[in-house]
Amino acid sequence: MGRTFIKGNEAIGEAAIRAGCRLFFGYPITPQTEILEYMSRRLPQVGGTFLQAESEVAAVNMLYGAAGAGARVMTASSSPGISLMMEGVSYLAGAELPAVIVNVMRAGPGLGGILPGQADYLQATKGGGHGDYRCLVLAPWSVQEAVTLMQDAFDLADHYRNPVLVLCDGVIGQIMEPVEFADERPPCRPLAPKVWATTGWSGDRPRAVINSLYLDPEKLQAHNDRLQTKFGRIARDEIRCAEPETAGPLDLLLVAYGISARVATTALERLAARGIAAALCRPISLFPFPSAAVARAAARARAVLVVEMSAGQMLEDVRLAVGDRRPIGFYGRQGGLVIAPEDVAEAAERLLVDPTVREGSGG
Amino acid sequence: MAEIAAFARPEALLPVETHYCPGCSHGVIHRLIAELLDEFQLARKTVGIAPVGCAVLAYDYFATDFQEAAHGRAPAVATGIKRARPDLFVLAYQGDGDLASIGAAEILHCANRGEKICVVFVNNATYGMTGGQMAPTSLPDQETATSPGGRDAQQTGYPIRVAELLTSLRTPAFIARGAVHAPRYAIQAKALLRQAFRCQVEARCFSLVELLAICPTNWGLPPDEAGRWLERQMLPYYPLGVFKTPEGPDRAPLPLAVPAGTGREGAR
Repeated sequence: MGRTFIKGNEAIGEAAIRAGCRLFFGYPITPQTEILEYMSRRLPQVGGTFLQAESEVAAVNMLYGAAGAGARVMTASSSPGISLMMEGVSYLAGAELPAVIVNVMRAGPGLGGILPGQADYLQATKGGGHGDYRCLVLAPWSVQEAVTLMQDAFDLADHYRNPVLVLCDGVIGQIMEPVEFADERPPCRPLAPKVWATTGWSGDRPRAVINSLYLDPEKLQAHNDRLQTKFGRIARDEIRCAEPETAGPLDLLLVAYGISARVATTALERLAARGIAAALCRPISLFPFPSAAVARAAARARAVLVVEMSAGQMLEDVRLAVGDRRPIGFYGRQGGLVIAPEDVAEAAERLLVDPTVREGSGG
Repeated sequence: MAEIAAFARPEALLPVETHYCPGCSHGVIHRLIAELLDEFQLARKTVGIAPVGCAVLAYDYFATDFQEAAHGRAPAVATGIKRARPDLFVLAYQGDGDLASIGAAEILHCANRGEKICVVFVNNATYGMTGGQMAPTSLPDQETATSPGGRDAQQTGYPIRVAELLTSLRTPAFIARGAVHAPRYAIQAKALLRQAFRCQVEARCFSLVELLAICPTNWGLPPDEAGRWLERQMLPYYPLGVFKTPEGPDRAPLPLAVPAGTGREGAR
């Protein structure tokens, strides 16, 4: 199949189907709705099932039931809807169920707006629901990368028996770009048979019970220990980062993900024209955060500028990675306004003049 | 002469002790379900869904696969299972706080979509697990841990009649209410559950059996008195019966009498 000119949301749906997803449960919300609509058209064509749930709360629990029965299953929503799903995501993680959840982020908080945002970073990467758990979080910066990451998301979910969040912003969901859908490929991680799934018990395997309740504190501690070991393995093995393409010393390192990283590449051109040697470090996995790669790249630069469509959320992880070894500036916008390359370039120049200046917010 | 057990444990019930209080109805209801799973030979293709509430550990008691749902979400979890695997027999077990309060949206829409599942709804007019708080099904003037002066219907409304509420929907196949506080009622309840199970076996849509149950611990009554309280307080408000069958007609409103008058009022 050649290149297709397709909207991000629809490409995400198509990529999920090509990854073997045959079940979708969701609820309408802008700017995600085209995923839902696409799945309602496409899934019946491939023998799958689309179901519009009565709420995001119900959708994520349908996801739980289907994942527990061994199916490859996904849902998609946007920020306020994802907040409603957080109870269910905690249960998915607690019961160790594989599922893919796409968040096409819009500006918040509360009802916020329907325009793009990146302010769900902390919710996505630090758990989001109650209890000690992490989702694997993948953040595409183009429609093509969203397509590639979708199959990986399903493979990683199945491999680790853990929910995987694909964290898009409204731009990636709404933009139309040429995309190449890859031919069928083997899973990116080995997949074991789902012997734990509730498929009916005839005594030939242990009885399958999907559950996150452990009333015995010792057993709950052991369950948490097992989960933490798994999250540790994910943190070690699943780091994805587009590191700077150039070598040598830098005046400035930009750190950005998703659409902000696309904007940052244009800003790099403007900075180069002004004689400033800058480069971009782009985390693709947000959990695990590529701390070592960011620290390595920061060590080459005089200063670091974090760019996000938020008040500075990934900024916290960059600070943890870089510490006080380099001055770290921040540029962000929140109203749903996509950052302009010129604004990034100007913020970069101000940072280089006076590294003590803090832009926008983010403390 | 070979011994024949007149009263044996159903195969679908695991040989374990339950955590239920003395006199609690859950044990009876579990047994009725297990007997029917045996009767229909369904255990090997059954996935149960346990609620949050006193039956939260139901997954430890049945010889079937099980999923534990978040509070109130059993109908959504059941939907996910059945849509993923239509060949499985999916059985959700819910209490009154779980189903009629926090899970009101999930049960309403699950029923209205006509998911091909069975729901066993246990109504004991209280929150048992958390210690006897007021449920949406608690009766007017019923004293509970959160209605110490008795449920004030002026402040908290009247108890929700779930069977009647869901019967207002066109889609569901079978809706009934039984009781299990005494053997003769339990036998009747088993017949209702049998009809509900048969609906799913025959790939008909949604069925729900509401079962009036006793909670001696939280009602503060010995089991025999609790049974009498149920008969005195619950039966008049929650009539037993079959509300909806696959063959039954769609419920039509009672016709209004044609208003008296000439039809010319206000036309002057």
